[in-house]
Amino acid sequence: MLETAVFVVFALLAVGSALVVVLHRNPVYSTMSLVVTLVAIAALFVMLGAPFIASLQVLIYTGAIVVLFLFVVMLLNIGREEASQRGLPQKVAAGLGSLALLGFLAAAYLRLYGGAAQAPLSEDFVSMRTLALELFTDYLLTFELVGLLLLVAVIAATVLAGKPKDPPEPDGKRPEEVA
Amino acid sequence: MVPVTWYLLLAALLFTIGTAGALTRRNGITIFLSIELMLNSVNLTLVAYSRLLEDQTGQIVVFFVLAVAAAEAAVGLALFIAVYRHRRTIDLNRINLLRW
Amino acid sequence: MTQYLWLIPLLPFLGVVVNAVLGPRAPKGLTTAVGVGFPGLSLVVALGALWQYATQLHPAAVEQVIYTWVGGETSIRVAFLLDPLSAVMLFVVTFVGFWIHVYSVGYMGPEADHYSYQRYFVYLNLFMTSMLLLVLGNNFLVMFVGWEGVGLCSYLLIGYYYDQDVPAQAGRKAFIVNRIGDFAFLVGMFALFAKFGSLDYSAVFGAISDNPALVTGDYAFGLSFASFVTLCFFIGATGKSAQIPLYVWLPDAMAGPTPVSALIHAATMVTAGVYMVVRTNVLYQLAPGVSLLVAGVGAATALLAATIGIAQNDIKKVLAYSTVSQLGYMFLAAGLGAYSAAIFHLGTHAFFKALLFLGSGAVIHAMSGEQDMRSMGGLRKWMPVTAWTFGIAALSISGIPFFAGFFSKDEILAAAATQGHWVLWAVGLFTAGLTAFYMFRAVFMTFGGQFRGTEEQKHHLHEAPAVMTLPLVVLAVGAVGAGWVGISKVLTPGHDWNWIHHWLEPVIAQVGGEAAHGGEGAAEAAHHLSLGVEWSLIAVAIVTAVVGILVARSFYGAGRGLVAGEDVLAGRLGGFYRVLSHKYWVDEIYGKLVIKPLAALSRGFFKVVDGWIIDGFLHTAAFLAELGGDLGRFTTTGNARNYVLYFFVGIVILLGWIVF
Repeated sequence: MLETAVFVVFALLAVGSALVVVLHRNPVYSTMSLVVTLVAIAALFVMLGAPFIASLQVLIYTGAIVVLFLFVVMLLNIGREEASQRGLPQKVAAGLGSLALLGFLAAAYLRLYGGAAQAPLSEDFVSMRTLALELFTDYLLTFELVGLLLLVAVIAATVLAGKPKDPPEPDGKRPEEVA
Repeated sequence: MVPVTWYLLLAALLFTIGTAGALTRRNGITIFLSIELMLNSVNLTLVAYSRLLEDQTGQIVVFFVLAVAAAEAAVGLALFIAVYRHRRTIDLNRINLLRW
Repeated sequence: MTQYLWLIPLLPFLGVVVNAVLGPRAPKGLTTAVGVGFPGLSLVVALGALWQYATQLHPAAVEQVIYTWVGGETSIRVAFLLDPLSAVMLFVVTFVGFWIHVYSVGYMGPEADHYSYQRYFVYLNLFMTSMLLLVLGNNFLVMFVGWEGVGLCSYLLIGYYYDQDVPAQAGRKAFIVNRIGDFAFLVGMFALFAKFGSLDYSAVFGAISDNPALVTGDYAFGLSFASFVTLCFFIGATGKSAQIPLYVWLPDAMAGPTPVSALIHAATMVTAGVYMVVRTNVLYQLAPGVSLLVAGVGAATALLAATIGIAQNDIKKVLAYSTVSQLGYMFLAAGLGAYSAAIFHLGTHAFFKALLFLGSGAVIHAMSGEQDMRSMGGLRKWMPVTAWTFGIAALSISGIPFFAGFFSKDEILAAAATQGHWVLWAVGLFTAGLTAFYMFRAVFMTFGGQFRGTEEQKHHLHEAPAVMTLPLVVLAVGAVGAGWVGISKVLTPGHDWNWIHHWLEPVIAQVGGEAAHGGEGAAEAAHHLSLGVEWSLIAVAIVTAVVGILVARSFYGAGRGLVAGEDVLAGRLGGFYRVLSHKYWVDEIYGKLVIKPLAALSRGFFKVVDGWIIDGFLHTAAFLAELGGDLGRFTTTGNARNYVLYFFVGIVILLGWIVF
């Protein structure tokens, strides 16, 4: 009973803030709203017996990624988005498609699993120990590769976002020196 | 006891919302945020399955997805910055050099 | 030596390859050495094989398989056969062929720079290869390959002077007319293969000999199988061997170099049809109606061609029509079942006709290219060797005793007489007279009397070089000697010295019963005429020939024959002369009846089928593709969001499909 209530609360929270993310005009507000969504999802993770993942979610997602987003928004000084009249076909198609997607997914899940209840959580399942063991034995290679991927991403981001090297101006002066 | 199916349905709903946002908005940042939303819904699905099938593999996958999402966010935003420098806008409608 | 059969066609082919590789700028001596040497080697091997074969006590046919072309249950192999018939053909082809190659060195030499000496020998060697394949093959398919090969070389060599209109068109005409015959030949082969599952001579002929009833029942169009196939084959033969109705290419083929005319259009290629008929004699014996048709067409052709020949002024054209006429004799013999007589005449004809052509080549050479006999005359003063050998050949073809042609021609007439075909005999006799007439007309006009040409031509007159006169002499020996291998029994009562007849006996199938009316056995058994009658018939033939010669002499001897530059014959025959010199306008008739409708049909096809339908298809397809593109490009908005949308919609559809 309690569980159901908790679930409903966090579910509603998640959906609500997701809608705000998607619908709000101001990107800063969207970003903030995403934080709420992420935290709600973290709570749901806990309810599903994955506390470690939940903490990771909060740390990495909200703590790093969203902050990065905010940095960029501030840096580029992105303002409100104007409403536009054009692009209706796109919107209609997107809307229909999305509804269809939801329908299909729901149908799939219901067909497969119905609404049956689950066995209660075991200590073993929840512990971080088993997770760590599996991670560092069976998935060691993937772990290392992901590390490599992160390195590559860092380098790529640095290169892409770094200052562009403009060719010298015709009068011989370097671009920074102009103006 | 909450049936796991509910979690799955919730994740589907979040995914749909994210998709609709990604397809509809013009602001690049907002689109990106929608994509992150989609990623999260996927994470939720995976954890739910992990619970359903009594297998921790799902959680491990989420672990990796998290890492990759971070990398992707970093690179994507860097791209954004690069494009913005060039075109002074992140209205995706305006970035259409591949037009016929 | 017989195990080296495969070398015989291969050696000339090597000549082709080597000369082709050496190219047109190779030194002339080298080209000559290759071009004449390889056929020479082939001749040596052939002679060796023939000697070995002939000196066996009981010569058995030698078969040699080279490789399997089509394998499996119904296999077709490339294999060669040396039996009495192919032995005769082999000798004729290699021997006469070699001497003509030698002659060509002298004839083609002067023009070597303009017309590529090397090309000539490449084509000529290729011809030898094909002809040898034709006669040595042990199945119809190899024969057909050779058949087509000689047709190709004929085209190439007729059109040798490629930059002139006349030879080019003549080459085309030869090939196309031949093709009509080839189609019939193919149909016949298909029928044979369908019925017997094999194209090997031994398999097919063996099956028929064992059970003649196989081929005598009704088959198609009211004909028996034997009749159908033999008819198809004969039509093929009329194309290759220039009989009615497909002879029209041969006179035009004279546009090619004279040695080519000698080799291909006199001695070898044109005789392929006769060879083919004799080879399949077992079928012809079982198809008496078609055999009679063959004889009739042969006789008619002989007569028709001879009549045209008397009114021709181009020396080569006279010889061309003479060839058509003599081929007619061969078919007459074959149709009457006198197969060995047909081959006999084929052999003697090869010698004297090749000799006639080569002699005319020497004359043309001396006359700086002039071919019209009205401008010649008295040439024996300048070209004695040519004149004498030409004369010997003329006597031979006219059927004067002691010379080769007498023996072979006589056998044919005798066959007609003993079978009671008096009409055919009369036609053959009359034609023989005409033959003697037009032949000696040519002799007198060319070599007798006074020279009628220009001063400039007169300056140039000379005897041919030794490389050309030597072959003339060799062939002259043949034109006399070749006849003595087939002395008819009639002439030698009590003895049988008809060597060639016995030599060819194993090849003639012995098909008994009512089904066979032809065949050598029947020819001898039925209507056995008394010795006295036979002797008188021979006497009549000799007299006819002599009369022909004398008439020619009275018209043309000693410089007579031309009244104001025109043939005296024109005056005597009046309007009929015009008909003859225009060859009965056969070419024109064909043109109107056959060629024009076909050309119109072709044009129709071109415009409608090719232009509207096929091109229409293509244009429509292209138009639709363009249209698709013009419409499709609107999807490339360049707007990434649109692309994502497309992507998404696709995924949704896919998902829906999976779920349901």
